[in-house]
Formats: sequence, C-alpha cells, structure tokens
Amino acid sequence: MFKTFPIRSPLQTGGVKKTINTWARALPSWVVYSVGMLPALIAFYQGATGGLGAEPIKALEHELGEFGLKLLIIGLMITPLRVYGKIQLFKFRRAFGLLAFIYVMLHFAVWALLDLGDVALIWADLTKRPYIILGMIALVMLIPLAATSNNYAQRAMRGGWGLLHRLTYPVALLSGLHFIWLRKGFQIEPLAYFAVIAALLLLRVPAVQRVLRRG
Amino acid sequence: MAKRWQNDLGAADITTEAVFMNRRAVLAGMAAGAAVGLTGTAAQAADAGAPNDWDDITSYCNYYEFGTGKDDPKKYAHTLTTTPWSIKIDGLVDRPGTYDLGQILDKMTIEQRIYRFRCVEAWSMVVPWDGFELADLLQMAGVKSDAKYVAFETVARREEMPGLRYPVLDWPYVEGLRLDEAMHPLTLMATGIYGKPMPNQNGAPIRLVVPWKYGFKSIKSIVRITLTDRQPPTAWNKANGREYGFYSNVNPTVDHPRWSQATERKLGGGLFSRRQPTLMFNGYDKEVSKLYAGMDLRKFY
Ligand code: HEM
Repeated sequence: MFKTFPIRSPLQTGGVKKTINTWARALPSWVVYSVGMLPALIAFYQGATGGLGAEPIKALEHELGEFGLKLLIIGLMITPLRVYGKIQLFKFRRAFGLLAFIYVMLHFAVWALLDLGDVALIWADLTKRPYIILGMIALVMLIPLAATSNNYAQRAMRGGWGLLHRLTYPVALLSGLHFIWLRKGFQIEPLAYFAVIAALLLLRVPAVQRVLRRG
Repeated sequence: MAKRWQNDLGAADITTEAVFMNRRAVLAGMAAGAAVGLTGTAAQAADAGAPNDWDDITSYCNYYEFGTGKDDPKKYAHTLTTTPWSIKIDGLVDRPGTYDLGQILDKMTIEQRIYRFRCVEAWSMVVPWDGFELADLLQMAGVKSDAKYVAFETVARREEMPGLRYPVLDWPYVEGLRLDEAMHPLTLMATGIYGKPMPNQNGAPIRLVVPWKYGFKSIKSIVRITLTDRQPPTAWNKANGREYGFYSNVNPTVDHPRWSQATERKLGGGLFSRRQPTLMFNGYDKEVSKLYAGMDLRKFY
C-alpha cells in the first residue's frame, strides 16, 4: 500500500539526512524497544516512590496516554518521512507501533485497576462516557494490529495486511478526539496534537499526494 | 461575629502541621459522622478526616491563570504581587468602596476551619484553612435589602499571570453565590493554611471557601465583590453551561456529563489509594440542605 513516488525531496539537506539514515541502518530495533519502554518504567518507579506528586495515579494515567499518542503519531510519520524526506526509518515502524500498543494497554490498565478499581465503576464509565468509549474503540482496534505485527502474519495476509493496518488511521483520529474531549475549557495542547494527526492523515489522501508531487 | 460554626473536633487551637498529624485520632471525629455510615469502618473514617499535608495542598492546584497543569500554579504563581491588596466592594451595599486588605483584617477575627475540599474532577483533600466568615465582611459593607446575590472577581494581570494569554476561560475569573449561601456560617474568606499566609498558588492573599460546593466555586485572589439582585455570570458556567451549573453543589447522585461524581480519591494516598464515596453536600448536608429545600438539584446542578 505504500507507494514510493519518484519525487524530489523538499528537504534537500543531504548531510543531516545521510547521517540519520546511516545511524538508522546501524541501530538495531531492540534498542528502540528498550529505550521506548524507559518512560513507562521511570513513570511507574516514580509513582511508587512518591515522585509523581499528590495524585500519582492520574499523573501515571496521563503520562502513559500521552506517550502512547506520541508513539502513534511517530508511527504515522514514518511513511511521509520516507516519501517526502527520503529519511529511512521504516525498519522501526513495527517497534513504534508495538510500543504504542503497550503504552495504551498500560494506560488502560492504570485506569481500570488503579484509578477506578471497581467493576461497577468501570462498566458505568465504559457504557456512559463518550471520551472513554472513543478510547476503548481505539484500543480494541489496536489489538488485531498488534497480533499481526510479525513477519509470519505479514506474509500470510499479503495485501490484506496493509489494508488491516490502515486501522491506524481511525485509531489516531479517535485518540486525538479522546484527548480533546477529556480536557476542561478551551485548551491548546490537545488541539495541537489533533492538528498534527489530521495533517499526517491528509498526506494519505491521493488528491493531496498529487498536489505535493507536482510541487 | 466569628465562631458561629465549630468543627466537631474543636481544632481551633491547632496551628502546626506536626501537631495536626499527631492528632489524627481527634480529627477523625470530623468525618466520622458522615463517613462511618458509608464506609463502615472507623479506620476509613479516620483517613477521610486527616488533613492533607502542606505539600499536597500547595503542589496540586487548579489555578488556570498560571497554566492548566496541576503543578503550573506552584511553578509560576510566585510572580503575583499580593501586597498591597485591596478589594472593591460595590453594588447593593450601604458602604461601597475600595477596602484595603489590611484594614479589613483589622476588623475580622481569624479562625481555623478544617474543611473537606472536593474538586469537580473527582479528587479531594482536607484543608485546615485560616480565615473569617464572609458574612462578617458583607455586614461590614452593609448589605441592602434588595440584594439577592454576591458576585466575585479574581485579579487578572497579564504581566503576572502567564495563563491569561490563553483563552481557556473568559478572563477575569468570576464566581457567584446566592445571598443566603454567602451569609452561611460555613462560607469562609480564607487568608491562610496551617497558620501560614495563603500561598500564591492557592489564591493569595484572600480567597473564598465554600466547602459544600465543587472547588471551582471557591474563587481565588479576590479583587472585587459585588452585591446584586440578579444571578451573576460564573466563569465555568459561561465556558460550558451543561457541565457546570451556577450552584455546583457537591452531589454524588448528579454526574458530570463526562465522568461520575459518585466517588472521589483523596490526594496523598499514593499509587494504590482507593476511591471513597462522595458525600452529599460534601458531608455538610446537616448544615446546608435547608438552603435548597424544595429545589430539584438535578435541574439546579
Ligand atoms: C489508542 C488509545 C488511547 C490513547 C492514544 C489515549 C491517549 C490519552 C491521552 C493523550 C490522554 C491525556 C493525557 C494528558 O492529559 O496529559 C488520555 C487521558 C485519559 N485516558 Fe486515554 N487513551 C487511549 C485509550 C484509553 C482507554 C481505552 C481508556 C479507558 C477505557 C482511557 C482513559 C483515559 C482517562 C481516564 C484519561 C484521563 C482523564 C482525566 O484527566 O481524568 N484512554 N488518554
């Protein structure tokens, strides 16, 4: 599904790009996994030792959700970076996707076990609160993606794999809405995230790609 | 007239945090009446009544004029100049004018009130405030007989309050009470916590505390009080009327549209602290329910 276009890169800063690409080629994926798990480990450690302030449960919940969203966004940037920037981070795409899944699951676990910790409360929120429902739909959609994020499934599913993994688009949209919806008042931060997500998704629209290719 | 209301535990003589912590057993008495029936055990009731420590109270704040993060006010509120400070009292009063805070305090008796504080975001704490009853201040200005409401306004100085650059709310922050709510002996004008002057992030130098309402009603850093005959606009109600009503009494049976209000988590309990049931009128049912007799609290949320 990922077409590479014979286009001239808008980023003609050859040196930086070459350095990034050289480094990326040398760097094994396990490094990305390990480094990617650090924020979660640090956050849990801080939470357990009093480093997250007066309300560590909310702080942890926010930290994990926000990092999960960042990872989803990085995952969506890989293809545009390759197509328009000639920056080759493709080999890390699975790592970013799986890390995003892990963070979202941890985010969910903190919410269910530490924040609410009560089946009746969990059920009430899952059925009544729109922002929770949006988050839950996004999480459920990530499950088949995580389950098929291995070479075997990728080969076995052929074209279907790419199609299935387009679910990342609605996942990102729903996550962005989830974030906007849960803040009080008019706040810039979730809107900025949403703008980035919207821009990255627009890059997937054929008409937009045609315009960019011509330019 | 001070001392119209007493904590069941009579803690007015306690002034330091250390002493507070030693008197957990005594303080338990405060929450006992309300919490025992719900939670069943005396141990839990004691926990609900112990005041939060200074760090919790002063590091986890909602004061959007300094940023929307809970830690922003502590980081940025030091820029607020709180001396000199004056409050303009106007509208339907006999003696309107700009009152210097020092002059006001000379006439008031400061006492200590240990109140539960329940945020609309479903967290809570117990705070040992120092302050005087709003009723005393209103009497000083002389309330005219046609006054029905009291409007409050927070200071808004762009140079000192970085959050004002963002239109999170329609600044300045405004709040309001019905006159009988304002005159209620529980309604406090707070000037300190734990016997220390009010920290900037908690609304220095003087703020309102209405313990049976969600925290955002307890407006901070007050510069103006206006007596009026019609219901004044309030900041959160203007921002989202469906979510934040004029009354905003703590009520476990009326949910916020986006989350449940049935439970709350008290600050400071660590990573494994449990939620506790939220009490009607935040546990001040006995004192205030008569103010709302006959009112449909689902409609007037
Ligand atoms: C793809 C899935 C998800 C993503 C990317 C995501 C992301 C986020 C983000 C960015 C925040 C805001 C953090 C902040 O304010 O700094 C957040 C908050 C939150 N999320 Fe999620 N989330 C997801 C799924 C879920 C699910 C499944 C649930 C629960 C069923 C959930 C429950 C919450 C809660 C309770 C909050 C905090 C609300 C509050 O401030 O009280 N999220 N999430």
